Amino acid sequence: MNVLSDNFAMFREGFLGTVELTALSALLALVLGTLIAAFRVSPVPALRVFGTAWVTLLRNTPLVLLFLVATLGLPALGLKGWDSFWLAVMALGCYTSAFVCEAIRSGINTVPVGQAEAARSIGMTFSQTLGQIVLPQATRTAIPPIGSLMIALAKNTAIASGFNVTELGSVQKTLNADAGYDIYVIFAWIAVCYIIITFAISGLFRLLENRLAVAR
Amino acid sequence: MSEVSVTKDAAAAPADALVVLHNVNKHFGALHVLQDVDLTIARGEVVVVIGPSGSGKSTLCRTINRLETTDSGSISIDGKPLPQEGKELARLRADVGMVFQSFNLFAHKTVLENVTLGQIKVRKTDRKQAEQKARALLDRVGVGAQAEKYPAQLSGGQQQRVAIARALAMDPKVMLFDEPTSALDPEMINEVLEVMQQLARDGMTMVVVTHEMGFARSAANRVVFMADGRIVEEARPDQFFSNPRSDRAKDFLSKILHH
Repeated sequence: MNVLSDNFAMFREGFLGTVELTALSALLALVLGTLIAAFRVSPVPALRVFGTAWVTLLRNTPLVLLFLVATLGLPALGLKGWDSFWLAVMALGCYTSAFVCEAIRSGINTVPVGQAEAARSIGMTFSQTLGQIVLPQATRTAIPPIGSLMIALAKNTAIASGFNVTELGSVQKTLNADAGYDIYVIFAWIAVCYIIITFAISGLFRLLENRLAVAR
Repeated sequence: MSEVSVTKDAAAAPADALVVLHNVNKHFGALHVLQDVDLTIARGEVVVVIGPSGSGKSTLCRTINRLETTDSGSISIDGKPLPQEGKELARLRADVGMVFQSFNLFAHKTVLENVTLGQIKVRKTDRKQAEQKARALLDRVGVGAQAEKYPAQLSGGQQQRVAIARALAMDPKVMLFDEPTSALDPEMINEVLEVMQQLARDGMTMVVVTHEMGFARSAANRVVFMADGRIVEEARPDQFFSNPRSDRAKDFLSKILHH
């Protein structure tokens, strides 16, 4: 008996579920994280307060709790009609955005202050200075930690299996319940699937790192 | 410390004042870095600010485009008071060129992009025109051949000349130089000073914080001597160097003009 060949369709669906969940949550986390990082360095005090509150709240809340808030809290607040997949994307994306924000902010702190001063001195606005000068240089330093965060995100998607989302974790649960397969073999194949995903992410980030490397 | 009445006998004609600082004060914590500073710079005038380190001359230079905020007093450029912040301030800064001690070229942009970026993003010039102007300016400061390189591939003197071109690309009304040659190797100082001399001859209004006394003698219309956050003495360079009136200036000159 071979777990993989017997249940290939289920594995494929689970694998694609995890990939999809990771990709969309990553997209949300990167966009939100960059935005919140911009808030945290902005000259407007209200935005800075909001950014700090966002990071403090989301970084310090257990992810499972966020899933509960997303799946039980949001519908109670009137946000109905979202399926469990998109709620999982919300929870994972918002959670990871807090960490991405801090990685980007640490990148921003490595850009010499003279770069921003020079941009301001030729009349660039805050958003131009950030978008044209500071962020492109900050990204170079932020890429390696963001890569780690994306790998952590890929593995965190397993929590979604507890909330009715089809991904690798739910495949494992279904197969475990299905007596007859060696549990270690199931784990091994699930592990292989995760390794494929995380290796792909590290490969992608190594590529980005090389691409963005510019002599200072 | 002798109090010397500040002379206005230099070329400064208040009628055509471009930059006016009035009663400017600034503190860094307990340190009073600018104390009741009054300074008027006329259109086309070249003012060199000298003084011992820590005298507030760099801070003074940086307040003119509000890279440093002030605690009190007023600064106006071309009749308009300096806005507090936001888009208004950005617009005004575009008219005030700044050259830094550490060049501050955008490290991730090529030399050409450094000079076109402000034109394209701030002045909304189209790319072709911006590049044409950038190349002309780079030729003018003698680094036209380096246009496609990144700043890190250039020598300090070349980088500083690119920085001057970047500032000039905005067609500034006034150029501020904050110790532009202090970070350069000795053999590169002259190539930057020559560009500045040429700029002065072309009638650019300039405020230059420097330790290059030769430049002050030959290019300045007026020397402003600062110490302890105050303007202690203002005079034409020949007067200042041959006959300083304040003890503080005499002391300073005796330390630097020993040969």
